[in-house]
Amino acid sequence: MTDWYQIERQGTDLLADIRQFLKSVLELESISALLVPRQLPMEKAVMPALVSRTELLDEADPLAPAFAVNSAKNLSRLTRKGLDAQIAAVLRPCEIRAHVELVKLHQSAQDPVVIIGMDCPGAFTNRDYQRYVEENPEATSEAFCKAGIAGEKPPGPASISPACQICEQPIAEGADILIGLYGVELDKALFLQARTEKGRAVMEKIGAGSAEAPKNREQAVNAQVEVRVAERDRVFSETEAAVNSIEKLSAYLAGCVNCYNCRVACPVCYCRECVFTTDVFDHDPLQYLQWTERKGALKMPTDTVFYHITRLVHMSTACVGCGQCSNACPNDIDLMALFRTVAHRTQAAFDYGAGRSIEESPPLLVFKEDEFSDIVGLGS
Amino acid sequence: MEEEFEPTIIAFVCNWCTYTAADLAGTSRLTYPSNVRLIRVMCTGMVDPKYIIKALLEGADAVLVSGCHPGDCHYINGNLKARRRMRLLKEILPRFGLEPERLRLTWIGASDGIQFADTIKEMVAQIKALGPNACKQQMVI
Repeated sequence: MTDWYQIERQGTDLLADIRQFLKSVLELESISALLVPRQLPMEKAVMPALVSRTELLDEADPLAPAFAVNSAKNLSRLTRKGLDAQIAAVLRPCEIRAHVELVKLHQSAQDPVVIIGMDCPGAFTNRDYQRYVEENPEATSEAFCKAGIAGEKPPGPASISPACQICEQPIAEGADILIGLYGVELDKALFLQARTEKGRAVMEKIGAGSAEAPKNREQAVNAQVEVRVAERDRVFSETEAAVNSIEKLSAYLAGCVNCYNCRVACPVCYCRECVFTTDVFDHDPLQYLQWTERKGALKMPTDTVFYHITRLVHMSTACVGCGQCSNACPNDIDLMALFRTVAHRTQAAFDYGAGRSIEESPPLLVFKEDEFSDIVGLGS
Repeated sequence: MEEEFEPTIIAFVCNWCTYTAADLAGTSRLTYPSNVRLIRVMCTGMVDPKYIIKALLEGADAVLVSGCHPGDCHYINGNLKARRRMRLLKEILPRFGLEPERLRLTWIGASDGIQFADTIKEMVAQIKALGPNACKQQMVI
């Protein structure tokens, strides 16, 4: 017996069959509601929705190339104060990783949620998504999805977002139930994997038939990951070169207007009140004059580079690479590349992977007596 | 003749060990360069990374964090937390061109007045050799 299940395809529409599966999950007595990307009635916008009525899943669209918010934040809203019911949530791999980080930071709970993860075909930036739906009114989520899984450029003018192009973790490893898209015979059946006991219980209850583990899956995943890693490393070295002095970093961040959208959009930046919006940075008017006396000129608003470096210190070990910071920036600063480049190093320094495991403690929450002795002293 | 570069070093020293060592250095009439500005904190574990980033962005040529040896912390483990934070800063700040020598962590016990004076002398010599912090010339905060 494997942990794989299959559900025979009902027709030719992949999305319809996935909706049917989601409906069977929501119909279970134990599941009160389902959090899933869903088409809004107006426009062709897709946003996460908490659905309790089964028929409203006819607009669910987890394959859509829209990724306006990281839904780990929504799960935090739903579970942080304790949820006395069980829900299911359809999440992208990076949303699951952010959820894992938030659980470890006591901002979310794991028990009340059955996570249905999807192999991720990627998504557009918000702007490109708007263009995509305007220019391809007939384009289906399925066509986008199949191109993404095949590693091809999606239909239309835009490529998937820069964050997705360098994402080397497109598989929903932290899911309870995984919907397989890579290396499975999609035309024959939906292939689903129960990755936890919780997931297995759901799959047994909905009566899905067991299946052989897909043979070509590992190969298909590795092929995609290989391409992504190469692109990632290229972006890393490009970004390192672009910020390797404080002067260049200032230039990189020159467009920043201190709107702090990147912090709001960041799924793991969890403080209720950020220090940069408190009185600490509400400087006295005389303070500004003193600074400008000393320096001759003072860029305003102040504390911009300070803010971004502090956010790297606070959050880079928890960065899951979802790219919402770049998505939220009104002035197109490529924060995702900066964060991922630095996070790759900080996470390696502590042998940590953001969202990798619920068991690993976040690096700054733990310490040992005997470690890092090499950074102590004047010779290091 | 060009004036010799005199660096500014901000040192966050813990009340129980390194500050006491500095005090001992003084009462023992040991001398050390006046380039260092001591900021007494109750424990290195309370040194927020923001203090260090701010000091360096404002043009300090180096920052020293110095406290009790592991096992000697008055608050049991504040110094171990400080060490993790320094490890993190040492990974991040050099990405932006900051030389690793400008960010130092040492353990100097309360009775080590001589070691305190020697540490400051050596650090000042190192920073003089390195030259001024690039942030000093620039409009960054």
